[in-house]
Amino acid sequence: MSSYEARFKVWRGDAQGGDLEDFKVEVNDGEVVLDIIHRLQATQAPDLAVRWNCKAGKCGSCSAEINGRPRLMCMTRMSVFERDETITVTPLRAFPVVRDLVTDVGFNYQKAREIPSFVPPEGLGPGDYRMFQEDVDRPQEFRKCIECFLCQDTCHVVRDHEENKQAFAGPRFLMRVAELDMHPLDAAEETGLDRGRTAQDEHGLGYCNITKCCTEVCPEGIRITDNALIPLKERAVDRKYDPLVWLGNKIRRRS
Amino acid sequence: MATGTEPQPVSGGVRTGTRAAIDAPHLRTDRWWLAPAATAAGLLAFVVYSTWRAFADADYYAAPYVSPFYSPCLAERCEPMRAGPNWEIFGGWWGISPAIIILIFPLGFRLTCYYYRKAYYRGFWASPPACAVAEPHKKYTGETRFPLILQNIHRYFFYAAILVAGILTYDTVLAFRDEHYAWGHMGLGTLVFLVNIVLIWAYTLSCHSCRHIVGGKLRHFSKHPVRYRMWQWVGKLNARHMQLAWASLLSVALADFYVYLVASGVFDDPRFF
Repeated sequence: MSSYEARFKVWRGDAQGGDLEDFKVEVNDGEVVLDIIHRLQATQAPDLAVRWNCKAGKCGSCSAEINGRPRLMCMTRMSVFERDETITVTPLRAFPVVRDLVTDVGFNYQKAREIPSFVPPEGLGPGDYRMFQEDVDRPQEFRKCIECFLCQDTCHVVRDHEENKQAFAGPRFLMRVAELDMHPLDAAEETGLDRGRTAQDEHGLGYCNITKCCTEVCPEGIRITDNALIPLKERAVDRKYDPLVWLGNKIRRRS
Repeated sequence: MATGTEPQPVSGGVRTGTRAAIDAPHLRTDRWWLAPAATAAGLLAFVVYSTWRAFADADYYAAPYVSPFYSPCLAERCEPMRAGPNWEIFGGWWGISPAIIILIFPLGFRLTCYYYRKAYYRGFWASPPACAVAEPHKKYTGETRFPLILQNIHRYFFYAAILVAGILTYDTVLAFRDEHYAWGHMGLGTLVFLVNIVLIWAYTLSCHSCRHIVGGKLRHFSKHPVRYRMWQWVGKLNARHMQLAWASLLSVALADFYVYLVASGVFDDPRFF
């Protein structure tokens, strides 16, 4: 096993201020960035705050920005960097910082609460649901989301414009709207809830300019833009901008 | 109830008060600028070339080939093309290049295309220039307001693009003639036209609006097996939408340039049979 000494810059501080701090730290074969952060904690900075849990890319806790790119620390191998490269690790830059690498991601929970949940179909009890695989393939892709919020962090709509946080739910939660709107048994429409319309009117779908950064950073490889956001935009067009669809619906309803 | 005393949202980006205090607008160390710069350069080159050719109003027909920029030719001033796409809908009053009439449709299709939107928002408008690289604009409303809300008419341009692709297919069939209009011949130009039309169709059918219309709007694929199959097929093409967008942009420019070279007498079309 070979090892070397890597140079790191890690952001230390809190809401009152902070700075990048330099470290030299041992790196061994097969290690990931989170291992190095743990070694820093163990040997040089015992009070370094970092959020982590599974170390397997499934809990979505250790999101950070490594050399300026939103990534999971546990899924970023040290072997992708040059040995003489200085590696910079900062907290997510779209959310308020708590301390060191830990940010307050409460914005995302607020947005999650604003989306009406699955509406069970009338007359079917738990255990009675029957669905075809081809009907659930699309929502199942979105269920792979581990809620690391890297897509929310990288989306320039809120990252570069704090003032848009009120109006824009972000890619993760627009994807949630898409998931429910594509769910074969969701009965929201029967209760008068038009999810396609609310995506635009209440969750800020129009702010998305489909520049695909959410898809680029997704550690689960979910095609957020192509499979959730653009289909949602097309559904909004169906409802608001396509007179042919509007006319067709009118005629169908009358007959 | 709004009382007017609610806290107003703070404006700003990555350097906003409560976020980690880092002065740099980004900390990326890779060559993040390369992709938007290359995209902008490629699109700009096409805009310059197509503007020159669209306004040139010359060298767009060399029997049996008609430039895709001038097809269909809808004004009286168009060069007569035997059995070709001459329809004088606009009559004699149209005083400038007839290419302008028809190019508005493919231009609108590509301008509102979901891939090209990404490309020019990043390449020309830096909104954002690259992922996690701060954009230079103070305000951002995306596609919620005029004029960008008009991006929602993409599907109408898709319908028009289907018609234009149909006419270019007709032109490709006509390219199986020789310069004396005799059928059953093929030259290098025929091959150029064939490649172009395949790429044009592939790009048009890989469109996100097409994917939605053929099946994406359905909630129960199991009740519509034919549309489900079509959706799957378009989905496979759609995964390559960016590559097809560039390939078809290049091929349509090349097909036009080939006609220009033959029509202006730079060389004769090599005939295979």
